[in-house]
Amino acid sequence: MSSLTDQKYAPGEHPDLPPPPGSIGVVGWLRHRLFSSVGNTILTILAFFFLYKVGNAVIFWVFTGATFTGDTQDACTQGGACWLVIGDRFHQFMYGLYPQEEYWRANIVFVLMVFAIAPLLFDKLPHRGMFLIFSALFPFAAFYLLSGGWGLETVDTANWGGMLLTLVLGITGIVASLPIGILLALGRRSNMPIVRTLCVCFIEFIRGVPLITILFMASNMLPLFLPEGVNFDKLLRALIGVALFSSAYMAEVIRGGLQAIPKGQYEGADAMGLSYWQSMRLIILPQALRIVIPGIVNTFIGLYKDTTLVSIIGLFDLLGIAQVAVADVKWRGLAPETYAFIALLFFISCFSMSRYSLWLENKLHTGHKR
Amino acid sequence: MSAETAQNARGSGGASLLSDQRFRSLFFQALVIGLFGAFLLFIILNTATNIEKRGISTGFDFLGVPAGYDIAISPFFEFKATDTHGTVFWVGLLNTLMVSILGIFAATILGVILGVLRLSPNWLINRIVYCYVEVTRNVPLLLQILLWYSIFLGLPSVRQSISIWDTFILNQRGLIVPEPIPTAGFMLVPICLVIAIVGSFLFSKWAHKKQDETGKIYPVLMTSIVSILGLPILAFIVAGFPLEFSYPELKGFNFQGGLSIKPEFTALWFALTLYTAAFIAETVRSGIQSVSHGQTEASEALGLKPSWTMRLVILPQALRVIIPPMTSQYLNLTKNSSLAVAIGYPDIVQSFGGVTLNQTGQAIEVIFITMLVYLTISLVISAFMNWYNSRVRLVER
Repeated sequence: MSSLTDQKYAPGEHPDLPPPPGSIGVVGWLRHRLFSSVGNTILTILAFFFLYKVGNAVIFWVFTGATFTGDTQDACTQGGACWLVIGDRFHQFMYGLYPQEEYWRANIVFVLMVFAIAPLLFDKLPHRGMFLIFSALFPFAAFYLLSGGWGLETVDTANWGGMLLTLVLGITGIVASLPIGILLALGRRSNMPIVRTLCVCFIEFIRGVPLITILFMASNMLPLFLPEGVNFDKLLRALIGVALFSSAYMAEVIRGGLQAIPKGQYEGADAMGLSYWQSMRLIILPQALRIVIPGIVNTFIGLYKDTTLVSIIGLFDLLGIAQVAVADVKWRGLAPETYAFIALLFFISCFSMSRYSLWLENKLHTGHKR
Repeated sequence: MSAETAQNARGSGGASLLSDQRFRSLFFQALVIGLFGAFLLFIILNTATNIEKRGISTGFDFLGVPAGYDIAISPFFEFKATDTHGTVFWVGLLNTLMVSILGIFAATILGVILGVLRLSPNWLINRIVYCYVEVTRNVPLLLQILLWYSIFLGLPSVRQSISIWDTFILNQRGLIVPEPIPTAGFMLVPICLVIAIVGSFLFSKWAHKKQDETGKIYPVLMTSIVSILGLPILAFIVAGFPLEFSYPELKGFNFQGGLSIKPEFTALWFALTLYTAAFIAETVRSGIQSVSHGQTEASEALGLKPSWTMRLVILPQALRVIIPPMTSQYLNLTKNSSLAVAIGYPDIVQSFGGVTLNQTGQAIEVIFITMLVYLTISLVISAFMNWYNSRVRLVER
């Protein structure tokens, strides 16, 4: 070591020395990120202790102490989780009370859904145009397949449930709320005072009350609003409530996008002699919608989580059917297992959507971000 | 095409009227009002006939009718089954406000701590908080409420209660804590607290004025803390410890005495706090990160102490970013407290909007009142936060 420092070099000839040992590599990282000071070291040790305790308990409950095989609850004697209830009820978690011999229809819808959503999420997909046409047709195909008629056996919407119903609610909610949201956002920024007031009142009213009261309104008051003889089924009523609710939030997201478009774009469109709707359709909305896609995805995550509320008004979505499973006398006291499984399903879908939204945000950062 | 446009531009009387912006705007608004009015009329007429057909009574008379059911949780006054639906409304409203305020309080503390930890240079702490935030944010709140409720119901029965030093009792009927009972002379403590708060406020005003005039700095913060904490404690000692505790005791099949906190409340409060804290943590993190490091360096270059740097430079700028999303988190928590209906905590939606609605059948009135309550709460909170926001806003050029 000393020979290296003692040695004389001509000016500019000194070789690059390696960084001091312990400042790079694993040791350096550990020093810098975990043990940089006394306080930090104590924090690290506490965190390790916490992780050890919690991790041990979780691993025991989920894996080592859990029961995976067996038929009845008597098989669960190891003290950990009793996952048998998940296997026993898995079909219900997926399809609700959908008739067993018609599961294939729901399966086709699941598969088609993947193909319908993919082109909306990734704009570099080959043959995207054809896929987009398919996406537009998908809701009708899905509705036909699920509800039946014309050669297929009719399945009452009351029997739809589980993951299937959660997806139906989430996707219908977002598809319906987008156009309504666009109209509300345009209305809120309109020059016409009456249109603006109506839109502001609607948006602020919906955003000021909890979703559950809107669902109560949809399930209790909607039948009173309709003329005699017209009867909406429970699912449709819930869908109307969910769509109204999310359209108000969607409107605010889109308004943010409209406000972010520079004034010159509006003026430019006017100077081109475009009418209001032409300038919106051709100039403003394509730009505005593009920058709010992450916001729309986030709204969708919120909406997707909020669909669980329909279990309160008596629909058997993923959470509703889980509550049925919990109340089953065959599997007593297995609420934590059931809810943990449902939570895992929700976590996987919501977390991947939020990752997607982040990815998109980074991708869209070019151009508009100042 | 061009010929057509030219013709339009020259225009006949009708065309120019249509292209007159003022006329068009009036016309469209009249159309919108007309359609909206027709829609309202359609709904009102339908509702009127439906109500008549089904024999549902209307009006707000039901508020004076005895409710005929019990409410398990009414911490502020005793509720009997003979009380009216109007009283149910007040019990529900107070329960909603109670869980919301306690939830906001706890979620803010936890959220700020988590948000600061999330910025910790310690990788492990950082990751743990990140995992917590992501897991909590991506699981539906209703599911979390039910999960906590099922955990609290899974606690041991009354006979096998978990007891901590015989003062805190935990079993499936809830948590029982000693109940403080004020005795004679206790009033002195809150009176002293008010005096201390008013005194500190006046002192800080005076100190600011003095600082503006002479530049001399007085220790406002320390004086305030000492007087607000010290004066009530002093009063408490002078009055001779005017507080007794009623401890829970097992008598027969249940515990007597003490303050019993029901599992419905605890589950809801826990879930709301943990869920909202995750969102608040993200808000706080992004707020602090939004203040550029140059600000810290500049204030250090000006010779400010680290505590002043934080208080006078970083926090005011971070708060400007934090407050608007924080407001909406508080509003969300208040609205989310309505999920109480799923586990039977008697908030306004469960008791008034649920049971009362089913008993009276007067959906329109009940839901209208319930929504009005939430709208009012929303408006009050956002008005307050707007006022606060305008106070902390930095004056820009």
